[in-house]
Amino acid sequence: MKILVCISSVPDTTTKITFTNDNAQFNSTGVQFIVNPYDEIALARAIELSEGGKGTVTVINVGEAETDPTIRKALATGADDAVRVNAKPRDAWFVAHQIAKYAKENNFDLILTGRESIDYNGTQVAGFVGELMNIPSVSIAKKIEVQDQTALVDREVEGGKEVLSISLPCIIGVAEGVAESRIPNMRGIMSARTKPLQVIEAVEVAELSSVTKFETPQPRGEVTLIAANEPEKLVELLHSKSHVI
Amino acid sequence: MSVLVYVENTAGEFKKSVFEVVSYAKAIAGLLNTDLTAISIGTVDPSNLNLLGQYGASKILNVNSDQLKSFVSHSYASVIASAAKSENSAVVILSNSFSGKGLAPRVAAKLEAAFAPGAVALPEISGNNLIVKRVAFSSKAFAFTELKAANKVLSLTPNSFELKVDQVQPEIIDFDPQLTNDLNTIIKDIVRSTDKVSLADAEIVVSGGRGLKGPENWGLIEELADALGAATACSKPISDAGWRPHEEHVGQTGISVQPNLYIAIGISGAIQHLAGVSASKTIVVINKDPEAPFFKVADYGIVGDAFEVVPQLIAAIKSYKAG
Ligand SMILES: Cc1cc2nc3c(=O)[nH]c(=O)nc-3n(C[C@H](O)[C@H](O)[C@H](O)COP(=O)(O)OP(=O)(O)OC[C@H]3O[C@@H](n4cnc5c(N)ncnc54)[C@H](O)[C@@H]3O)c2cc1C
Ligand SMILES: Nc1ncnc2c1ncn2[C@@H]1O[C@H](COP(=O)(O)O)[C@@H](O)[C@H]1O
Repeated sequence: MKILVCISSVPDTTTKITFTNDNAQFNSTGVQFIVNPYDEIALARAIELSEGGKGTVTVINVGEAETDPTIRKALATGADDAVRVNAKPRDAWFVAHQIAKYAKENNFDLILTGRESIDYNGTQVAGFVGELMNIPSVSIAKKIEVQDQTALVDREVEGGKEVLSISLPCIIGVAEGVAESRIPNMRGIMSARTKPLQVIEAVEVAELSSVTKFETPQPRGEVTLIAANEPEKLVELLHSKSHVI
Repeated sequence: MSVLVYVENTAGEFKKSVFEVVSYAKAIAGLLNTDLTAISIGTVDPSNLNLLGQYGASKILNVNSDQLKSFVSHSYASVIASAAKSENSAVVILSNSFSGKGLAPRVAAKLEAAFAPGAVALPEISGNNLIVKRVAFSSKAFAFTELKAANKVLSLTPNSFELKVDQVQPEIIDFDPQLTNDLNTIIKDIVRSTDKVSLADAEIVVSGGRGLKGPENWGLIEELADALGAATACSKPISDAGWRPHEEHVGQTGISVQPNLYIAIGISGAIQHLAGVSASKTIVVINKDPEAPFFKVADYGIVGDAFEVVPQLIAAIKSYKAG
């Protein structure tokens, strides 16, 4: 089984988010970039499914050379080879076209993405690629098993789950619970240096959307403290001041 | 041209988040000087379909096909896209619910539309474009996304737009899309945890963390939630330890909620937890440590032991409700 895992490089979760250029641009100065946490889970599941000679795992990233360390980390974690589409990932539509083109040319059985990237939080790429390749997609999966040419997937729905049986090839957005993320070991880190990382050129895609500006949320006012033995005061404030009960 | 809104039913009923998205779509139709058409897929009673008229949907396309008995994102997306074409709708709106998250990008791709997932406010109009405010960086910022293609798809974050009554008498029309796409997906089973208030829809959420010490103490969270008609949630270590099911965990790796009221009990307020809850309108924190980071983002705080405070709070709420 050939598995393709899409990885994006995102600011570390604890990073303070700031903007430059009159709030039109994300300020990446001094920001530590990591593999998107959901993509790590997807990668871990792909490795589990391929272990024991059952398949191969290729990772793909759409990004400029500065994302190479993120890709090397995925190789160190256990991917067999990697592809970087050499372009700035303008938006999810652009990214999806690059992934779809590469995946079409290379006949993967299963394509995994994260459920969303933690920077632009779109949940877009899996659906876009599914449509561009005319294959089934699941955007938020909680469990993935593969039997012959079928994926058995638990899909998240409001207040529960649906168990789906989907014929391969398909694309699945991975959520928490699908696998435990893996940490590269020394052997992995050593071998990652010599694993193939192919750099390919991007295809042109019309730009349909762009971010015009960013805004940080209004800070909440000072917290109003209420004495532990006077919860009725809290109830009163929630009712008459905040109008939420 | 009209604005098209997809209205998702749950076992034939529409939830509040559906009326929100209809109100939102109606407001956008107003900005664009046009009408609102809704599309419903599945078996929904006409009396329920008529409810959509309360929020301004003047036309309802009713798709009731055996092939579409259950939700499959690619076939539903085909139906919605073909409705958009036949209605000549350049703007299509969905809810950013779990199924909306699967559907919306496929609808957008079919229409080669510019897509803004997770809108939290009405868009601004800029020439032929829309500028949509949406959440980014795990709720640490908003990104204003300009949709520049002729077709546009937006999905609305639940609980971010007020219902607005705008009564019209809707015309209900059976819509029969020609389905050609038969990608093979079979739904084998549907498991719904409970019939409790669902977390994504809830207006009030009561959430517990490690401060609760063990699953045997969850009765406290549930009793408070019951008293408020709230859904229950938890921090990640709680679901990791199996005290609560995974679908209750909120935060960056769990679900994002933005209820009117979020009550956090025995939760420290780690940044990954806040990522899923900081957009809540009002936040109450109960924690025995006055230095807990959660107090910095709270509207109201009680410094105290949950095992003493929560029972008193439950009593106070019950007496408020009774009074
Ligand atoms: C990549 C990544 C993703 C993550 N994603 C998430 C996520 O999505 N959601 C999430 O929640 N976490 C997430 N985490 C974990 C997060 O960093 C915190 O570890 C977690 O939120 C802490 O949970 P907690 O507040 O319940 O526990 P703790 O941090 O242990 O806090 C317990 C709190 O309870 C208080 N307390 C103790 N006893 C009492 C009492 N009797 N009465 C009142 N208060 C009491 C303590 O003062 C303390 O503040 C993630 C971490 C990483 C690295
Ligand atoms: N630049 C990128 N390169 C490769 N994969 C990506 C990129 N951006 C997003 N993805 C994948 O798409 C998923 C969902 O991203 P999004 O749709 O942007 O929320 C991520 O978890 C990744 O798996």
